Amino acid sequence: MADEVILLDFWPSMFGMRTRIALEEKNVKFDYREQDLWNKSPILLEMNPVHKKIPVLIHNGKPVCESLIQVEYIDEVWPSKNPLLPSDPYQRAQAKFWGDFIDKKVYASARLIWGAKGEEQEAGKKEFIEILKTLESELGDKIYFGGETFGYVDIALIGFYSWFEAYDKFGNFSIEAECPKLIAWAKRCVERESVAKSLPDSNKIVEFVPVLKKHIGIE
Amino acid sequence: MASGEVKLIGAWASPFVMRPRVALNLKSVPYEFLQETFGSKSELLLKSNPVHKKIPVLLHADKPVCESNIIVEYIDETWSSSGPSLLPSLPYDRAMARFWAAYIDEKWFVALRNFLKAEGEEEKKAVIAEFEEGNALLEKAFIDCSKGKPFFNGDHIGYLDISLGSFLAWLRVTELAASYKLLDEAKTPSLCKWADHFCNDPAVKPVMPETAKLAEFAKKIFAKPQA
Repeated sequence: MADEVILLDFWPSMFGMRTRIALEEKNVKFDYREQDLWNKSPILLEMNPVHKKIPVLIHNGKPVCESLIQVEYIDEVWPSKNPLLPSDPYQRAQAKFWGDFIDKKVYASARLIWGAKGEEQEAGKKEFIEILKTLESELGDKIYFGGETFGYVDIALIGFYSWFEAYDKFGNFSIEAECPKLIAWAKRCVERESVAKSLPDSNKIVEFVPVLKKHIGIE
Repeated sequence: MASGEVKLIGAWASPFVMRPRVALNLKSVPYEFLQETFGSKSELLLKSNPVHKKIPVLLHADKPVCESNIIVEYIDETWSSSGPSLLPSLPYDRAMARFWAAYIDEKWFVALRNFLKAEGEEEKKAVIAEFEEGNALLEKAFIDCSKGKPFFNGDHIGYLDISLGSFLAWLRVTELAASYKLLDEAKTPSLCKWADHFCNDPAVKPVMPETAKLAEFAKKIFAKPQA
């Protein structure tokens, strides 16, 4: 019986991008279904009744929610191609720690860059750069966060890169000037087919930000 | 792999610290418990968890593992041949366990904390409603995950049991302070039975804080400064 894989997603979502990348890395065919977050579909509400959020991965009719949980699930269901998590328990724990760090910190500070003004925005920019510098320091001189192979932590972070041009523009600063090594890492990741296929054009995100602000009711 | 000294930096009152302690007990792994003094952070803690500076931190042969749920998984994987598995074997069931553990930390526990902070009738009503909604979800999750067995993880305590069970002492303290039954047999009968089983498990009993002692501690740390 062939696997049926559906992904309920929203094209600018850096969280949805994680799941897209993981599925592409494993060469899994999936049905991508664009969602309207301001008019949520019955299937979204049925498959993620607790949070009503995307992405939702539906595998043979059963939903898996939360992007990093989906990435791990995909790695466990399709283990033979391109392992996304290391096999060593200590290294796995480190990978999950950084995935958790990215989840807890990056989005919240980034939101202030495009969503806030004045002092609040400046504070967001400062915190965002500090967080990126912590990640840059963790990356060190490695090719990817996991070392030689592209994996979980790279997947957790790379989606945000599609938003960097927007952050630069709306924050009136240059992320590359502050974190050149991280930008170099991002450019390496984007060379991978799975990532190139899964990230939207940065200029589309730049165009999207004012639309998003209008939707959530901020100037 | 499983060799090397095990130390846990933590504190007796922390529900997050309780999680790896239960896991280590379930795997029969001896460890040295390094207690932090409330209100200050040791050099070892700051060195071992420079990013968050928080407990618990597991030190295995001096290598640190941080974040309670991540530590529990690490313990399960490292001492996999000792004791039952803490996570289900099927990927879908594992994803469910992780989903509910995330929900418990991000939503359920926040609602529990808000109970003590709520002031005035309106706010209290809202907090109660939010908490009960969460409980109803967990009651259903328990029925789905346990499949008729005593624990979320089946016959034995596992990752999700530990994630929720670690909050039971604080739940009891909150019930006393708020004079309100937070885990009600009438509303969530399965969860109540589960709580009983969890608290009586030999791996849990020695590390579950006593309600009275915890209530004393809570009074101290939440004490409003004198005007």
